[in-house]
Amino acid sequence: MNPRDRTLVTLVAALVVLLAVGALLPPWQFLATVALAKGCAVLGLMLLLRTGLVSFGQGLYFCLGAYSAGGLGQFLGVTDALVLLAAGCLVAAVVAVVLGFLLANYRNIFFAMLSLALSMILYGLLVKSQALGSTDGFNVAPPTLAGWALSGHDGRFFLYALACVVAFAGALTLDRYFKTPLGRLAAAIRDNELRVEYMGASVRQAIHVKYVIACALAGLGGALTGLTVGHIDPEMAYWTTSGEFVFVAILAGTGSVAAPFLGSVLFEIVRSVAYQHSPNTWQLALGTAMLLVIMFLPRGLWSIFATRGKVA
Amino acid sequence: MAPILEARALSKRFGAVVAAANINAAIEDDSVVGLIGANGAGKTTFVNMITGYLKPDFGTVAFEGRDITALLPREVTRIGICRSFQIPQLYDSLTVRENLGIALGIVLRNSRTFAWARLPKRVPGHAGTLPEAAATMLERFGLTDHGDRLAGVLPEGIRKLLDIAMALVVKPKMLLLDEPTSGISSDEKFDIMDRVMNAVRADGVTVLFIEHDMDIVSRYAQRVMAFYEGRILADGVAATVLADEEVRRYVIGGPQVRLAEEAGNANA
Amino acid sequence: MRELLPVVIDGAIYASWLFVVAIGLTLIYGVMKILNMAHGSLYALGAYAAASLGGAWFAGGHSPYASYAILVLAALIVGLIAGPLLERGLLRFMYGKDEIVLLLVTYAVFLILEDVIKLIWGVDPYFIAQPYGMLGNLDFAGLTYPVYSFVLIAVAIFIGIGIAWVLQRTRPGKLLLVVIHDREVSLAMGINVSLFYLTTFTAGAMLAAIGGALTAPTVSVVPGMGVEVIVLAFAVVVIGGLGSLPGAALGALIVGLVRSAAVHYLPQVELFSIYLVMALVLILRPKGLFAGFEARKI
Repeated sequence: MNPRDRTLVTLVAALVVLLAVGALLPPWQFLATVALAKGCAVLGLMLLLRTGLVSFGQGLYFCLGAYSAGGLGQFLGVTDALVLLAAGCLVAAVVAVVLGFLLANYRNIFFAMLSLALSMILYGLLVKSQALGSTDGFNVAPPTLAGWALSGHDGRFFLYALACVVAFAGALTLDRYFKTPLGRLAAAIRDNELRVEYMGASVRQAIHVKYVIACALAGLGGALTGLTVGHIDPEMAYWTTSGEFVFVAILAGTGSVAAPFLGSVLFEIVRSVAYQHSPNTWQLALGTAMLLVIMFLPRGLWSIFATRGKVA
Repeated sequence: MAPILEARALSKRFGAVVAAANINAAIEDDSVVGLIGANGAGKTTFVNMITGYLKPDFGTVAFEGRDITALLPREVTRIGICRSFQIPQLYDSLTVRENLGIALGIVLRNSRTFAWARLPKRVPGHAGTLPEAAATMLERFGLTDHGDRLAGVLPEGIRKLLDIAMALVVKPKMLLLDEPTSGISSDEKFDIMDRVMNAVRADGVTVLFIEHDMDIVSRYAQRVMAFYEGRILADGVAATVLADEEVRRYVIGGPQVRLAEEAGNANA
Repeated sequence: MRELLPVVIDGAIYASWLFVVAIGLTLIYGVMKILNMAHGSLYALGAYAAASLGGAWFAGGHSPYASYAILVLAALIVGLIAGPLLERGLLRFMYGKDEIVLLLVTYAVFLILEDVIKLIWGVDPYFIAQPYGMLGNLDFAGLTYPVYSFVLIAVAIFIGIGIAWVLQRTRPGKLLLVVIHDREVSLAMGINVSLFYLTTFTAGAMLAAIGGALTAPTVSVVPGMGVEVIVLAFAVVVIGGLGSLPGAALGALIVGLVRSAAVHYLPQVELFSIYLVMALVLILRPKGLFAGFEARKI
């Protein structure tokens, strides 16, 4: 049987279920929209993880995407959600193309540290930028879609639906990408860079491309988060935001393009429940869960559902 | 006939160790050359300098008349020089088939003239599409039964074969094998070399192989280059070099003979 | 010129603080190849322990000048408890894994410790300002500095020289350098590597806690105080070269001076100047200013 078809079917089913749940259960929409938005950033991180790279600085692009979208609305009066999302994605991608020339030379903890330093630079800049509201950030104007306001009862559902479609498209695109020769190189680079070079492929170039894709996804997620929450602040670039993405990615595992979204939704549910019931122990629970996954499920929670062979 | 590969005055030092001291060699097209010498004699350094892993301190390497001294490993691979490794370099977390699939995928990608062109259906140099080509490679190297096993858990002999199969996926004009039979039991050695040589010689690929087992060398090499302390001690027809007095003393005899010799001199 | 001296003095004070905070991080990395993300939490634990123990000391009406010893004692206790607990209870099962996996493990420890602190001490701030105020101020070059800041400089120098002395003049220190150089060979030579790991990690935890304990009198001790310290310490050790002690000193000095210059001349860039320097060093000398070497691969 062809695993490609199964992924497509799974994703379509997930999309339908998500839309139905959202329509029947309006309170779910906000949480799920944010979770899906962050899931985009985690999806990008998953691509890097498959390549053997851990970035502790995806917050940089998450924040860039949010500020690009928010800034367009704030200063230029653009409110169309599709334009804003595209802008967030594009700005992140452009910055990633530039920084990628640098980061593609780094591996292991040096990649993690440099990406962290770069995201902290943005944080430091934003904190001191009066025009952008320094530590408080600023509010994002309510988005529209083809002239329709994405606020109010119906509007919020459409924003949620948009998030579902964006997540669906992101997951499907990345799944297809993993099945191209360049996409397949991810695992090869993780396992043995030397062999990749001796087969005639450029490891640097492959990493650069993957980095740009990952960062574009983070930018997209950031823009979507900004539109949903209606407020953005420099905290999005702080290293703990990036750490949260890493956390979800490790927990969910890299087995499937659906894993980051599932992980992200679970994470947001746990967080909102834990915040209400035990605000002082939920990080403890998260940390413990992460240790258990690293020790006993190195392929993440997804490996419970899936067997080997589905890995691209 | 013009040589396919020409090394001129290759020199390389690592601190105080001279790994290559003014090496000159010309390799004829369609020949099989054995490189022999004790550990540290400079054989792997020679191969590393040809394939772009190391840059020589002095000297040049030319392939088909073109200077390739400054090329990177991937560029050297693309012009038709491939290699295997003393320690097989595989994608350990992937299956044998996936290992070959990735290798074939790279060939497929490199065959495009510009980056956004559609990938061709057939892998250049191979018969058929990517999965078909992978199956053919498995068959040729007798790896079909291992196709769906993880490369990381295979026995050493199979890993060596896969490592060489990966190098041949690119359809090189020249193949460098770094100790293809090391770590393999002696009764398997000839079987593995036979499979490799059959796969290679059918395509007229020039082969350079580093080998410590003189039975293997004398059986497969037409020509032998004997290395000693970064120099080429002898270079010529296999039988002649292997019979050479100096080669027998410094290379084939290995350190024991030399130590015995020195001990004898000291006593005298 | 008028402003140069205060820039240097402020820089030196900040550098001393950074050095004390970061030295344990680089020590642990140098020996165990673990980039400990929980380092900032150990720092916070030290601060809390110092605030509690010091608070009790003052409440008991004991000699206020002995309170400095109490601060250090609190830090040593934290190190002695947390160090062996983490190393024996968790990290030793992880040796041999990728550095990046170890980074993630310590990130999980960071998450856990942040809440452990809240569970023990609650979320209200603690203050232990007496040791800071007691020493008074010092007029120097027309400016006023708290004497406590100069104590910090002295402590940093003392710790730096102390560690250098242990490593170069004592037998365990020399053996430790052997372990750093080649773990496999050390094992083969019969060196008790696991004891060295335990000792190193405990010492590193103590140093982090001392950093926190000495900072406690100058700030309000609140949850999350270790979060920024982690990245600052990272910046210092990455600039100097991971695992290098002189590198950590140099890194602290560079970051200290850069920040102090930024505060005096260009306050807008204060925060990001540090990370800018870190990024620049990583770009120009990827392995830091005091870099090691790498072995042959094929």
